[in-house]
Amino acid sequence: MEPLIELRGVNKHFGSLHVLKEVDLVVGRGEVVVVIGPSGSGKSTLCRAINRLEAVESGTLTIAGEPLPAEGRELARLRTEVGMVFQSFNLFAHKTALANVMLAPVKVRRMKKDEAERRARQLLDRVGLSDHAEKYPAQLSGGQQQRVAIARALAMDPQALLFDEPTSALDPEMISEVLEVMQQLARDGMTMVVVTHEMGFARSAANRVVFMADGQVVEDRTPEEFFTSPRSDRAKDFLSKILKH
Amino acid sequence: MDVLTDNFALYGEGFLGTLRLTLYSSLLALVVGVVMAGLRVAPVAALRWIGTAWVTVLRNTPLTLLFFAMLLGLPRFGVALPFELFAVLALGCYTSAFICEAVRSGITTVPVGQGEAARSLGMTFGQTLGTVVLPQAFRTVIPPVGSTLIALAKNSAIAGSFSVVELLSTYKTLNENGYSVIWAFVWIAVGYLLLTLAISAVFNLLEKRWGVAR
Repeated sequence: MEPLIELRGVNKHFGSLHVLKEVDLVVGRGEVVVVIGPSGSGKSTLCRAINRLEAVESGTLTIAGEPLPAEGRELARLRTEVGMVFQSFNLFAHKTALANVMLAPVKVRRMKKDEAERRARQLLDRVGLSDHAEKYPAQLSGGQQQRVAIARALAMDPQALLFDEPTSALDPEMISEVLEVMQQLARDGMTMVVVTHEMGFARSAANRVVFMADGQVVEDRTPEEFFTSPRSDRAKDFLSKILKH
Repeated sequence: MDVLTDNFALYGEGFLGTLRLTLYSSLLALVVGVVMAGLRVAPVAALRWIGTAWVTVLRNTPLTLLFFAMLLGLPRFGVALPFELFAVLALGCYTSAFICEAVRSGITTVPVGQGEAARSLGMTFGQTLGTVVLPQAFRTVIPPVGSTLIALAKNSAIAGSFSVVELLSTYKTLNENGYSVIWAFVWIAVGYLLLTLAISAVFNLLEKRWGVAR
């Protein structure tokens, strides 16, 4: 499989805390990789490092073979290839759902307004929100906001999508509407890196599960193997805790 | 009352002078202040340094001293401008430092995630600031910016000491003509009040239209 996202020997500290220790991760085109692990294990930092929202200290990052520059316009250009969905949605609070989805195509891709609007409406339709296009984020439920956020990320036609705990801030009944959209994306062949606690999604949609603990990738295997026979004690311990209830 | 009716032209001239100074200096202060606030949060250290230096120098210099520096200093470097323009520069630059800090405080009230979302979509720093962060910061900075511009209107009185036609300095002529100083000052105060209340009204409207809903 052609590698789309490649991290080699990535290190990152927060003060004296070593959050990423020599992390290697390769995500192939069309692959869905779910990253799980206890809190503080560095999985969110890893996800944010992939598009350099979090700067790393050493190691190399490449997207589709191109090394990710540290800053500037080149970085901005490569970021358009990797969409991101956040735990707290981060929809632009002063813009309607439609304007949220249209903004980047118009500003960054220089797309014509009517063309951008047409595409934005298609995307909102795809996430089941065509009736809510004119609403502001504060008027939408958490699940609806997160689906708009996914549409906004898709509007740039990215080669890959990063999900940083996309359902962790949602009420239980809203989780499934977001997961359904993500399942559909996975079926459509989108390359995805998903940091999540949703084990059901990991089992059903992931090609690989990456288990992180203490800033290191401890296991990197198929979901079937990982959930039925974890190798490391750390993963056994983690799974026994979360699958108990 | 005679003071006003007898000298309406003089008062009018002074009032218009103050109005002009306030208007042009406000525009300069707003433009420069917003640009400097942008520099102060820029990802490039050199730009942040420029913004910080601008604020530190202008906010910590007495305004009168700044007028002296402009009116006596700049001509030495061959910059010869009308006094009123010097006064607008001094007032505008001085006030821009305060506007900058008000705007910067507004920028810090916008959640970090807003900027991160914009950058993750490939927007540059300028696009992120201009289309996502500043429009949201704008709502919270309306009250402090209003206060700062009211202070500017009153600070414009200093220009009178540098031969610029403005409202406060009309008292000199009135005093020489034998009018009661007290009544001369009362009408001057009313003039300033008109201006500052007008600024308040404009900012109240802005706040109603754009302010953060609670």
